[in-house]
Amino acid sequence: MSAAVLWAVPGLPACVGVLLAVIQPRSRRLAVTATVGAATVTVGLSLWAALSAPSVSAPFVLGTGFDLAVDPLAGPVLITVAVVTWVVLIFAAADTDRDAARFGGLMLLFLAAVVVTVTATTVPALLLAWEVMGATSYALIGFAWDRPGKLQAGAVAFITTRSADLGLYLAAGAALAGGAGLGLADLAQAPGGWRTAIAVGIAVAALGKAAQLPFAFWLSRAMEGPSPVSALLHSAAMVAMGGYLLLRVPGLLAAVPAVATAVAWVGALTAVALGLVALAQRDLKQLLAASTAAQLGYVVLAAGVGGVTAGATHLIAHAATKALLFLTAGAWLSALGTKQLDALSGVARRWRSVGVLATIGLLSLAGAAPLSLWASKEAVLASVLSASPWLYGVGLAGAVLSAAYAGRALAVIWQKAPPGVEAGFDTEQPGTRRVAPGMVLPLALLAGGAATLGVLVLPPVSVAWRAAVGDDRSVDPGALGLAVAAALAIAVLAAVWRWPVPTPDWAHDWLRLETAAGRLVVVPTIRTAALLARFDDRVVDRGVVGLARGGFGLATRLARFDDRGLDVAVTGLARRTFDLAGRSARIDDGVVDAAVVGFARSLRRAGRAAQRPQTGQLHEYYLQSVAVLAGALLLLVLIG
Amino acid sequence: MLSVIIFLPLAASALLALVPRIAGPVARWLWLAVAAVEVVLVAVVWAGRPTGGGLGFEERVPWIPGVGVGYHVGVDGLSLPLLALTAVIFLACAVYAFRDHDRPRTQSALFLFLQGTCLGLFAAQDLIVFFVFFDLSIVGMYFAIARWGHGDAARSAFKFFLYTFLGSLSLLAGFIGLYVASSPHTFDMVELTAAAPLSLSPVAGGFVLAAILLGLAIKTPTIPFHTWLPPAHTDAPAIGSAVLAGVLLKMGTYGFVRIAMPMLPGSWRDWAVPIIVVGVVSVLYGALVALGQSNLKRMIAYTSVNHMGYIVLAVGIAGLIGSSDAVAREVAVTGAVTQMVSHGLITGALFLLAGVLHERRDSYDLDGYGGLAGSAPRLATLFSVGAFASLGLPGFVSFIAEFQIFTGSIAVAPVTAIALLGILITAALFLRAVQRLFGGPLRGRSVGFVDLRAHETLSTGVLLALAVVLGVLPRPLLDVIEPAARTVVSLVSR
Repeated sequence: MSAAVLWAVPGLPACVGVLLAVIQPRSRRLAVTATVGAATVTVGLSLWAALSAPSVSAPFVLGTGFDLAVDPLAGPVLITVAVVTWVVLIFAAADTDRDAARFGGLMLLFLAAVVVTVTATTVPALLLAWEVMGATSYALIGFAWDRPGKLQAGAVAFITTRSADLGLYLAAGAALAGGAGLGLADLAQAPGGWRTAIAVGIAVAALGKAAQLPFAFWLSRAMEGPSPVSALLHSAAMVAMGGYLLLRVPGLLAAVPAVATAVAWVGALTAVALGLVALAQRDLKQLLAASTAAQLGYVVLAAGVGGVTAGATHLIAHAATKALLFLTAGAWLSALGTKQLDALSGVARRWRSVGVLATIGLLSLAGAAPLSLWASKEAVLASVLSASPWLYGVGLAGAVLSAAYAGRALAVIWQKAPPGVEAGFDTEQPGTRRVAPGMVLPLALLAGGAATLGVLVLPPVSVAWRAAVGDDRSVDPGALGLAVAAALAIAVLAAVWRWPVPTPDWAHDWLRLETAAGRLVVVPTIRTAALLARFDDRVVDRGVVGLARGGFGLATRLARFDDRGLDVAVTGLARRTFDLAGRSARIDDGVVDAAVVGFARSLRRAGRAAQRPQTGQLHEYYLQSVAVLAGALLLLVLIG
Repeated sequence: MLSVIIFLPLAASALLALVPRIAGPVARWLWLAVAAVEVVLVAVVWAGRPTGGGLGFEERVPWIPGVGVGYHVGVDGLSLPLLALTAVIFLACAVYAFRDHDRPRTQSALFLFLQGTCLGLFAAQDLIVFFVFFDLSIVGMYFAIARWGHGDAARSAFKFFLYTFLGSLSLLAGFIGLYVASSPHTFDMVELTAAAPLSLSPVAGGFVLAAILLGLAIKTPTIPFHTWLPPAHTDAPAIGSAVLAGVLLKMGTYGFVRIAMPMLPGSWRDWAVPIIVVGVVSVLYGALVALGQSNLKRMIAYTSVNHMGYIVLAVGIAGLIGSSDAVAREVAVTGAVTQMVSHGLITGALFLLAGVLHERRDSYDLDGYGGLAGSAPRLATLFSVGAFASLGLPGFVSFIAEFQIFTGSIAVAPVTAIALLGILITAALFLRAVQRLFGGPLRGRSVGFVDLRAHETLSTGVLLALAVVLGVLPRPLLDVIEPAARTVVSLVSR
């Protein structure tokens, strides 16, 4: 039974999603009901699966199964994903008004892919879900396909993450060669060089999905998508899955320490660099996106030092926090038609309940006690401290930055709206000037999570969870550390509230990462493609055509030779033959025939001569006989 | 049974060709019925296939006994997937062309003829039977392009004919080489495979392999013998393109696993590295040149070069027996055969969908459209699904194929990981095409574009649905291919 439940967790949303996308029912009510209904049932199934911890297997490729399992690490993440999706879909039901069937279908398909990613225990199953997740994210980011740039934004996200995904293909090949099996748990047993290749491949794929350096820029473009999409894809699901994959393979990373160290440093540096980028943004969604990459940096950092449950808690707490904030941004965007910070001045005063909920999210993001990210970030940093003080220092700098950008957003939304702020409204879409009441409940649910989920890293929950996962590298945050972190956050928030923040404008363009990728990769590739296309037409094809023409030319020359040479020769030969025949005929007539005729004539003459003795008179015959006898006698006498 | 499968469409074709009084709609129905019956018959063969190795449904009749030629047909795990693919593609074409009013009787006759030759080729177990069907298919396709094509159809058809016919002559020369080397002399594929007649004479074996490879490389096509493909596809009618890409190209790749590898194992191993290089270059070059196209059909044609490159890479890998594990080579060859099926289904569907652009607006120019998703949402959906399938997205059978090719190849020769860039470039080019055709505001030729009609939706939808089903549940297909791939790998390793 629990096996059937595990199949149903991804199966149900996948089937309903495909049906919705294919049939596209006209009725919006039907589409929304089916979508939310399927998501609701999926939440129930996820809870059931997390409690019963089943595992299932189906034969697939490479002699490896399509294996899913819910273990103590996957369970909480599975529930997080399902619940956040459900909340986001309830919010979207109050928000989206176009193509509800397509939207719901794609979101459910995406949910199914994420569920498989979370529960997969073999590389082929993981890779399948991993890339389907990317493809559905393309369709969701480019949801408004008729608006210029939207599909392109989806393509940038998909192609960038896919270039990192190639790492998983490489890892699968190396695992096949290594012979230790394609189960995620078997990868660490692969021999030497193959194991390193597997670790590098998986790390690259994970860093790409998690929008870490240098891939982070795709997340900026992904903000072109609708707000509910950002709320799911860039909080609990797609980006988070990058960090989650690294948390899934602690044995492999421990076996290849160089890769683990590199991963930890990438995470720490991303936390700082993207924190600066967030501080430089003037668009609320861009700020939140940069913050997502920075916060995922802590998850990656935790994975690099083996702190699995600390990292997982940060992932879960961040999912609730960031989903809340993206949905808030979406609510304001619908109401005011803008997400520019300047135009959002005082927006929290205008709609108080949403403002309060957003404040909980921003305070959590800032690391303010006692909210969730305060505890989880401190747990990550405590686990890092035992590995490397340098990493700890960088991580701490990231924490200061997150308090700064969250504080800046807080200051903006609570300040008194300056006169003329309305001029900035409706710059991106026509606003409705109202927040639908249906939006507040989902926000409240997420705010509850953002406030409380930190308990996962505090005893006694943390101890039990670590034991269940088998994680001996995470440590409980110490009282001192927690106090310092809380004080630091308060201090930075107070400073930002009091004084204007210096914004690092040089980081506004996301460190020009996309420009660099364009200059270094995209443009050369397109140029090469155009060049090769011309080469193919002008050289390869012409070469063949030339060869063929040469063949035809040769044939033509042969034909000419045939006409002028051979034909002449043949004609000449024929003429000569005729001549010869003529002469032969003449010889025939003049000589052969004449001879024959002559011979015949002489025969006739002889015949006639022979007739002469036949006189019919007896005496003459006797005379002739005597003459012959006399002749014979003469012959005998002469010879004898 | 196999003879019924091969000769039923040929007989129907003869009937249609010889009785001019048959009305167009009747001809269309007859074609559709025969194509449907063929699918059922192949399904029966699939269900009754031999479970061990070896041939099933064998039939043997002496034909020209003096030179060891016999009508010998049979199926195994290599031919069965291709027979099934052929039956499905032709059925899709029969549905797609159902409402086409351009000389329906002769067109139905021609495609039934083509179907018979394609099925005969994949069932053939005698080199001369193989060769005869190979050449007849070229003739059939020549008329399909020249008579029903558009643009510069006559020239493209002529180029196609000359090029591939030249290839077939090279192939024939190779076959004769095998015949001469065998003792007793025979053209029988089973006997030649068992004997591997040139394994002791590497020089002669090399020449024979070179002749066969040239013929197959032109047909596949690989770099640098591919230039007949883009014009042939661009000017061919939609169903002609679907058959050409879906079935005819597979004759080349099928020849690798059916003839070249098992009959000339020693020479194959000697030539493995150049074959791999040609495969990898085809992958990258085909993808890049496709990226540089602005004509949709030319673009898809070049992606065929890319996709066939994966197959060439994988079969080349099977020849690298140095220190590698046989399992990895089997995985690569399984991937190669899966890729034949995958490419047939997906590219067949894409060409049929591209045909709709020509039928409605007489142009394949990507820049002439825009916002097409507004006027033709069904076309947009199906084409996008096909595009993602073609770029090897997991969940489609193309992923099952390419994933096995990559993992097998990387495990045997890690340097071939460079071919991975192929799936990145195809992703870029397909997303670019989708964006140019369907994205943005409605403009250009998209205005007033009539969306897919029922027969167009049905024919392409079925092909893509099959690509999904086999992508999610690949075992029914892999269970057939894997034993055959194992046999091929062990034959090459002799």
